[in-house]
Amino acid sequence: MARRRNVAIVGIGQTHHRQRRPDVNQVELVNEAVRAALEDAGLRMGQIEAVLIGNMELFEGNYLVDMWQVDGSGAYLKSGMKITSGGTTGATVAVAADHYVASGLFDTVLAIGYEKQEEGDTNAGLNAVADPLWGRTMASGAIGYFAFMGANYMQQYGATEEQAAKVRVKAARNALKNPYAHLKLSLTVQDVLNSRLLAYPIKLLDMCPTSNGACALILASEERAKRITDKPVWIMDTVTCHNEGYFGAVREGPSSLETAARKLYQRNGIAHPRKELDLIELYEPSTWAELIWYEYLFLCERGEGGKLIEQGATDLEGDIPVNPSGGVLSTNPIGATAMIRIAEAALQLRGDAGERQVAKAERALATAFGGSFWTVLTLLQKKLP
Amino acid sequence: MSDRVAIVGLAQTKFEEQKPAQGFSELAYEVVEKVLAQTGLTIEEDIDSTVTASQDFWDGRTISDIPIGDVAGGHLRPEEKVAMDSAQAVYYATIQILSGHYDVVLVVSHCKESQACRSVIENAAFDPLYQRIIGFDFLAAAALQARRYMYKYGITEAQCAKAAVKNLKNAQKNPYAQRSMVVTVEQVLNSPLLASPIHQLETKPQSDGACAVILAGEEKARQITDKPVWVRGLGNCYDGYYLGDRDLADCQSLIIAAQRAYKMAGIKNPLRQVDVAEVSEEYAHQELLWYEGLGFCDRGDGGKLISRGVTEIGGKLPVNPSGGVLAGNPTTVAGMVRVAEAALQLRGEAGERQVPHARTAIAHGQSGYCGQHHCVLILGSD
Repeated sequence: MARRRNVAIVGIGQTHHRQRRPDVNQVELVNEAVRAALEDAGLRMGQIEAVLIGNMELFEGNYLVDMWQVDGSGAYLKSGMKITSGGTTGATVAVAADHYVASGLFDTVLAIGYEKQEEGDTNAGLNAVADPLWGRTMASGAIGYFAFMGANYMQQYGATEEQAAKVRVKAARNALKNPYAHLKLSLTVQDVLNSRLLAYPIKLLDMCPTSNGACALILASEERAKRITDKPVWIMDTVTCHNEGYFGAVREGPSSLETAARKLYQRNGIAHPRKELDLIELYEPSTWAELIWYEYLFLCERGEGGKLIEQGATDLEGDIPVNPSGGVLSTNPIGATAMIRIAEAALQLRGDAGERQVAKAERALATAFGGSFWTVLTLLQKKLP
Repeated sequence: MSDRVAIVGLAQTKFEEQKPAQGFSELAYEVVEKVLAQTGLTIEEDIDSTVTASQDFWDGRTISDIPIGDVAGGHLRPEEKVAMDSAQAVYYATIQILSGHYDVVLVVSHCKESQACRSVIENAAFDPLYQRIIGFDFLAAAALQARRYMYKYGITEAQCAKAAVKNLKNAQKNPYAQRSMVVTVEQVLNSPLLASPIHQLETKPQSDGACAVILAGEEKARQITDKPVWVRGLGNCYDGYYLGDRDLADCQSLIIAAQRAYKMAGIKNPLRQVDVAEVSEEYAHQELLWYEGLGFCDRGDGGKLISRGVTEIGGKLPVNPSGGVLAGNPTTVAGMVRVAEAALQLRGEAGERQVPHARTAIAHGQSGYCGQHHCVLILGSD
């Protein structure tokens, strides 16, 4: 991707994501992540030039929430904006921050994503995604879509519920090593298969939770980044790819993820992603999505996603670890979720991922899913070429 | 990769109190088709990225850019939504081009106020614990602002009403305007009192409509049009949230936003260096207050400036020759209409509302109650 100048992540902050946070309001929740990012970068708020923020406004029911957030985000008397794109929001905010710094107009920009889902009704909010006349009576939240996806995948390729359950077990195992993860469960395949059926073949443990949490990233120009930290993580490329709004109109053919991945790999000379990427933080709202999206990311052939998880290739110690953080299945504060993918990938490249650290991580991919099957990809590297 | 960015095309719908014949995605479709036809560009071949501006609250749709994805170029291409006033979407599109990531960006904003209740939505912008329960909306907050402004600087009701008289008269020459009339100060002050001291004709009306703009880097811009309108400066700024945290008679965030934009554009004396301004005055008194924030006059002199006729068409610095927001533009869309109208002026295509010899213009948008966030763009024809 052409860029006026290089941009690096120089500060990373996130909250300890939880089911309940009655001790803070939304502004205080955001402030926790902002302070953590500033501390991580060794910066003061006065050194930040612009603040970009995003969330799902109808989930909590706050109009123009960036206004309320100025005391928590630090945006008071600063440049900034609110930018959103559904589940992909956290990544979209980070991409916008990349544009801001690359433009040459700003040297140090703070990007924030957050959600306090306990203060709203996520499923009601998600139901309002569908067209009131043609979609709302049949669509209900996200679960139905992933049920359709899973059932179709089983029918087409002979994938099994056990294979999907293995994705959940891997996520749980990794989340136990992540101090920020929301769900920390010791799970077996049988536990997942025995969990409550929501919509065949989706069981309770096949779906992501609803979490409260915030994430903040500080991005800086190359010159500034090198003065701020000796471990900058470089944003090499980003790809945003959307799809049609009517779910019934989403055609057979390339998905937004497949299209975006093809473009990203081509632009960055990646011929064998499984070999050339060291880890992936994948936005997987359900187990089935992770299996299918291995294929869309060209980690394996069509229909081989189940085998990939069975081989352990995507385990923490595998040849292409996916979601060492425990992923979205363990932690899902929606407006922050996509940014957490980028934050976790960056922590890996810095070697700061603690017990969940992947060995020799030089290049990482973070994905984001949202809207009507939308994708945002972010390619990160430890070193500039 | 471009150092300079230009507006190369623009389109607006006619703004109306209600447009029952069109859904909001059809409003977006109307302006996208118009702007593509005007520039001869196609989404598939020419547009690298789309920035939209809309609000989940007004559309009653979570992720309000989904329903316009297909008309705004969201098929296997990039699209991002700025969830505030759309002047900020133009600002962001400019940044996307300056970053080197994209060369040609389509910006689209839409809103159908007729299908929602303004005061209920605006109430949701207030603190959920302490302020929402009082029943605040933006009108009630603006009334506090107007009172404080009048008290602190001795601004009169008649001076505020003059902004409505001027803008509603200017709107008569704007074919896109929704509300236009020739009225006197007395008639404005005799219109129904909505929230003291703000009268009906001093308040933006309910409005439906959409606006689209295409921006391009310099090389592409010169290929697309022989009348590029250059983005010479941009600035924005957030003020404090709680009404009690700000002095509502001043507009600190507008002063800072304007300074940021002026610095980029090399403007030291806007009254002398700017030929026309399109500002987002949601209430009549705000136009006077924004004069001060934009540095057209000293603090507290907004009333004198309008009384001297400086901001009339034919004055030294015409403000809102389009009729402004008081003539009717939906929330979220209003700021981009300011950009489009300023660009029309610089292209010399503003018809009967044309300001002669306009070479430098200001376009201004605001978000949040009492103008918490301001966005200022300086546009130039050379």
